[in-house]
Amino acid sequence: MTRATLAGVGVAFAAAPLGCFVVWRRMAYFGDATAHAAILGVALSLALEMSIFAGAMAVALIMAVTVTVLAGRGYAMDTLLGVLAHSALAFGLVAVSFLSGVRIDLMAYLFGDILAVSRSDLLVIWGGATLVVALIAWRWTALLTATLNEELAYASGMDPRQEQLILTVALAITVAVAIKVVGVLLIAAMLIIPPAAARSLARTPEAMAFIAAGLGALSAVAGLRAAYLLDTPAGPSIVCIAAILFAGFSAFGWTRTRT
Amino acid sequence: MSLISVEHLDVTYGAQRVLHDVSLEIEPGEIVTIVGPNGSGKTSLLRAIIGATKPSAGRVRRKPGLRIGYVPQKLHIDRTLPITVDRFLRLANKVTRADCKAALDVAGVPDLLKRQMSELSGGQFQRVMLARALINDPEILLLDEATQGLDQPGSASFYRQIEAVRAETGCAVLMISHELHVVMSASDRVICLNGHVCCEGAPAAVASAPEYRALFGTGTGGALALYRHDHDHDHDHDHPHSHEAAE
Repeated sequence: MTRATLAGVGVAFAAAPLGCFVVWRRMAYFGDATAHAAILGVALSLALEMSIFAGAMAVALIMAVTVTVLAGRGYAMDTLLGVLAHSALAFGLVAVSFLSGVRIDLMAYLFGDILAVSRSDLLVIWGGATLVVALIAWRWTALLTATLNEELAYASGMDPRQEQLILTVALAITVAVAIKVVGVLLIAAMLIIPPAAARSLARTPEAMAFIAAGLGALSAVAGLRAAYLLDTPAGPSIVCIAAILFAGFSAFGWTRTRT
Repeated sequence: MSLISVEHLDVTYGAQRVLHDVSLEIEPGEIVTIVGPNGSGKTSLLRAIIGATKPSAGRVRRKPGLRIGYVPQKLHIDRTLPITVDRFLRLANKVTRADCKAALDVAGVPDLLKRQMSELSGGQFQRVMLARALINDPEILLLDEATQGLDQPGSASFYRQIEAVRAETGCAVLMISHELHVVMSASDRVICLNGHVCCEGAPAAVASAPEYRALFGTGTGGALALYRHDHDHDHDHDHPHSHEAAE
């Protein structure tokens, strides 16, 4: 239970600052597509008997880069993401079915299996989370400027394409470490819901990232507790708590702007 | 030397050539306006100058270490991104709170420091963008349709502010606009662009040039006279330009 909580909090910390950029740059479906592709990575890494983290991260990265490259080629972004996300998921599920030798619990990868987090998983999760947070903290000003306006970034001597790439890499790492905790179907929820909930409480981008991290961690702790008490699945319970927090704070935000 | 010199610049997007053989130079302290119809390559030219678009031929040379202040075309800040004016200004490198205050003063909006960017009016927002551009003490200001969305008095007052800034800091200004009459009155030199440089020179000379009239008609000639005002500060125009239309 302690390990599960630590794993959940680790993912929440990585997802919060990254999720803020996903929200600000309207990349929600981009996060979704990357996460769905990871199931293909899981299947491949099981077939090749390599680490799930490495496989999921590699495929997520390939997916994210493919989307970025194709986005400039004339397809509407949402169409492109719809095609790629669901094809990757479908191919992943089909690929898993070919793995007759090993019996794998598909549900564990779709919805997470946080209670089965091992000591080494925990190490990977916190390692990955630290890397993501460090990457974003290091590039924070440039990322923010590029998010506000591409030309403004160029004029300040920054390269927005490089910042886009950094976000893409951070996204792939986050997806890979979050699979065990919330599963591929709910990773986007951990990215988007805590920042969205934090929006009405924050006046600066930094505040929004910190509040999102707090709310994410709170969701993880409370969600696990609820799952234990009510005997519900852990990953979805965490997301449910995050959603309830979002609803509460949004209502609070509305009443405050109305008066 | 010139702050910026553009030499025989070509820019193509796919098969479409938007700029062909464009050459121009910006000297310290002058206000230059680029006018041209939609699709004439104005924004592409500015993007090439800041390095956001790669030229397919020719080149853009900037004075080494040139400090650029850039005011973008109407900038959209997503409502999901909370940011105060203060925090926005301090995104620039090594900026203190005193710098922010000073820049807002010069831009003509001294009291906005604590406001949210999303709560500002169009005119206030563009002045904050101007403050952001001024904060690193630029040698040249680049403005891309900076008054889009402002009404005519609003944009006229914005451009008067630009002139005041130039008078105070001595920085050069290169701006793009389609609001010919408002902008031209504030310029030392006008470049009329339509894929290539059609004509170039002092505002009044360009406005009466046949190339300009072919693009914009004669209607704006009268409006130009209405909005003109005297430049009561001195400028040396002794640097050489290839004025096709003027002189």
